Amino acid sequence: MTDLTKYEMIVGLEVHAELLTVTKIFCSCSASYGAAANTQICPICMGLPGTMPRLNKNAVWLGIRAGLVTDSLIARRTHFDRKNYFYPDLPKGYQITQYDEPLCRGGFITVDTESGERRIGINRIHLEEDAGKLLHEGTVTKVDYNRAGVPLIEIVSEPDIRSADEAKAYLSTLRERLVFAGVSDCKMNEGSMRCDVNLSVRRLGDSAYGTRTEIKNVNSIAFVGKAIAYEFKRQAEILEVGGKIVPETRRYDEASGETVLMRKKESAADYRYLREPDIPDIMITEGEIEAIRGEIPPMPDVLRAQFVAHGIKPDAAYRLAETPAVAAYFSAVLKKTENPTVAANLLIGEIFPEGDSAPRLPAAALARIADLVGKKKITAASARRLTHLCGEDDPDTVAERERMLVITDEATIEALAKEAIHRNPDVIAEIRAGKEKAKEVLVGAVMKQSRGRADAAAVRRAIDALML
Amino acid sequence: MITKTAEALRRGETTARALTEAALARIRERGEETNAFITVLDEYALSAADRVDERIKAGDASLLCGIPAALKDNILTEGIPTTAASLMLSGFSAPFSAAAWEGISAAGGVLVGKTNLDEFAMGSFGETSAFGPVRNPLSPSHSAGGSSSGSAAAVADGQAMFALGSDTGGSVRVPAAFCGVVGLKPTYGRISRRGLIAFASSLDTVGILTRTVRDAAIVLDAAAVPDAGDMTMIPREDTLLDWLSAMERGVRDIRVGVVRNLPLLAPEVKEAYERSISVMEAHGAKITEVTIPAPDDAYTAYYIIAASEASSNLARYDGIRYGTSENGSTYTEGILAARRRFGAEIKRRLLAGTFALSFDGRADYYEKACRLRREITSDLNAQFARADVLLLPTVPHTATRLFETVDDGLPYQTADCLCTAASLAGLPAVSVPLRRAGEMPVGIEIIAPFMREDLLFAAARALEEGVSDD
Repeated sequence: MTDLTKYEMIVGLEVHAELLTVTKIFCSCSASYGAAANTQICPICMGLPGTMPRLNKNAVWLGIRAGLVTDSLIARRTHFDRKNYFYPDLPKGYQITQYDEPLCRGGFITVDTESGERRIGINRIHLEEDAGKLLHEGTVTKVDYNRAGVPLIEIVSEPDIRSADEAKAYLSTLRERLVFAGVSDCKMNEGSMRCDVNLSVRRLGDSAYGTRTEIKNVNSIAFVGKAIAYEFKRQAEILEVGGKIVPETRRYDEASGETVLMRKKESAADYRYLREPDIPDIMITEGEIEAIRGEIPPMPDVLRAQFVAHGIKPDAAYRLAETPAVAAYFSAVLKKTENPTVAANLLIGEIFPEGDSAPRLPAAALARIADLVGKKKITAASARRLTHLCGEDDPDTVAERERMLVITDEATIEALAKEAIHRNPDVIAEIRAGKEKAKEVLVGAVMKQSRGRADAAAVRRAIDALML
Repeated sequence: MITKTAEALRRGETTARALTEAALARIRERGEETNAFITVLDEYALSAADRVDERIKAGDASLLCGIPAALKDNILTEGIPTTAASLMLSGFSAPFSAAAWEGISAAGGVLVGKTNLDEFAMGSFGETSAFGPVRNPLSPSHSAGGSSSGSAAAVADGQAMFALGSDTGGSVRVPAAFCGVVGLKPTYGRISRRGLIAFASSLDTVGILTRTVRDAAIVLDAAAVPDAGDMTMIPREDTLLDWLSAMERGVRDIRVGVVRNLPLLAPEVKEAYERSISVMEAHGAKITEVTIPAPDDAYTAYYIIAASEASSNLARYDGIRYGTSENGSTYTEGILAARRRFGAEIKRRLLAGTFALSFDGRADYYEKACRLRREITSDLNAQFARADVLLLPTVPHTATRLFETVDDGLPYQTADCLCTAASLAGLPAVSVPLRRAGEMPVGIEIIAPFMREDLLFAAARALEEGVSDD
């Protein structure tokens, strides 16, 4: 057995995320996912002779957003390049991408790991067009070009990642920020976020990097963790017996949980980069960057801190800022309620299980329900029911209609208490014999009679008074 | 010519149909000898002519209404085959038309056919077409120049009154010089390239071939319509009227830069160049001496950059989505089979360009060529401190005999070397013909500053006027 603790992994991630533009990056075809094959294509994205790219500025703006939420420097002047290679899913025989002047450079994100906060550097973020998709059917391969020309950003991390958990934390945090910023929906199962892993291994204490391998296109965050763990062990075991790591491209096999060889990298691919002559340089002004910064909604870490400041527990705060819709909803609730914890518990306990991406109950209604609990006008049990019953109606009206309002009227409570005493002479005997706890049976009887609406403290006071 | 024909059309002395029929008859009569056209559009042209005749009757005053036009067959026309003179595109019809042709069509130009060219516009002699060589209408044993060979030949021979070509490093100016017509390469970005099959995108321009300088201005006005589909287009602020009045004003006190002791000039070209200098002087221009970037340097930079960009632009021809498809049991076999259909000159340039961009060739070739291009651009532009326009021979010699050139690429260098500097710098240039009975014509090239087609036309018109007195 190889002692893995003698080794250290060096991991860098390349993440591709499709941008949430309505149309493709160089033509006006829809960029939406899931249409029938080859129905979202035109002469430009099919690379017909005589066609020229027409840049969708929204892709640039979203790329800048991605840069701003990763604390990157935004280029003031940037341009596109052609990456030349032949592949059947690549209509022009080249991909329009950015080579030596990416849109963003030098960013980072901070992630929480078991060993504390870690800062993972981002080397660059650049814009490019996606290729089509190959569909292998037996001996036949078909090409769907709907995806050709969909705008992408490629986010290249620094080789700062040292464990599978760090990689997973980096990806989750990055995804969350991109989703909250409206840059991408980052659905790994639909391919709108894809991850390539570069991994090398060295003995702890060594300063030189080992030879790295690349694991292509891992399609969930969990699989990225597993692929890294496997590949680390594989390389460490080779090194342990004095073997050599060969530069190669591998893929993660979900069934076996192993990384398997795709192709050896005998020589570095020569993409013959060429400055894209059909797109003039792009100039970005300070004013434009500031305008984009102003449009970015708050990031989840900021929202969570706000929630915690309102007394929400960190675990709950985490869940309340998992999606932009829920976070926005809860932020609206916070503005209206004096009982944020109650509202948070109702949201997590009652509304989340309904499974809607955005709650149907208006934020103001949830805020009011929480406040009704806070003012002891309804019980917690009633509040839970009320979240399902209210809909668009006013919570106070529904609570009254449903007879949920807590009974605080002393005369009514005294009458209920008298009746309970009258009906339970044996319990009275027990109490008089000094069994103080038996009093709760009387309270329970009153609560049952009032269908949970009587104020328990008031009931106790009434019983005490009657038994004097 | 266009203005006079337009007037005759307005007066009812002729019709678009009659002009179109005459052009088509001329193509039939001379087609076999000149081989200027790849596709002739009889019925299409006549029905277009009839529609234009209605427009003229309804009072349409556009100068191009009813004028028979031809397009180089690397300019897309919706529903009409576009071949780029290559077997690679046999069977290909574009689903949209080029912006330049849309502009001319909207102005009422009548398309009579698509003209022959060097395959994918790579060549200077009209010899590399898959549809056979173009023959010079003035002498069938001579080259019509290239690569807009058919467009120049058609205009010279009355098979169309004007034609669009494309000019990447002289491809409009060289055939204009060989065939004795006006060949205009506008400023890079003046005419939309959308719908022009790309050869070398940073150099490609749509060009214009006409019988007169004035006609070139009229056609440029119609072709240079704004088009958001070409991001490299330069917003236009001038009008046809500006150009026509510049021609009226002439060249009095305009400084014309000339180059002494140009090497390699054939005697008849040297003589024509001297004559053109005298003509400009006689029109009141001030002759000043300038220096131009070494023609061989310009050609070398041009060749490397053009071949490099071509290796990228022509990568799309893999036989998968359109054009010639070849079956292979694998993708690689299929694409190799399809690409074998490229002609020898294309293959030579694709290999050169692929190497120039590769790890091994990049620093010594592509990057050096780009640096050289920047130097040439700044050297050429610096001459405009001393001169308003530059005057040069277009080609150091007159039309060559077909297929007499040696297959080592050197003849291309000789033919294009005086044209490539303006292409590298993106400057407007025009070739004006000097004709003499019994001799092959000589082209004289005028180069103007960026977007100063007004100066270009003024100088070209003065030269044209001066030499027509001969």
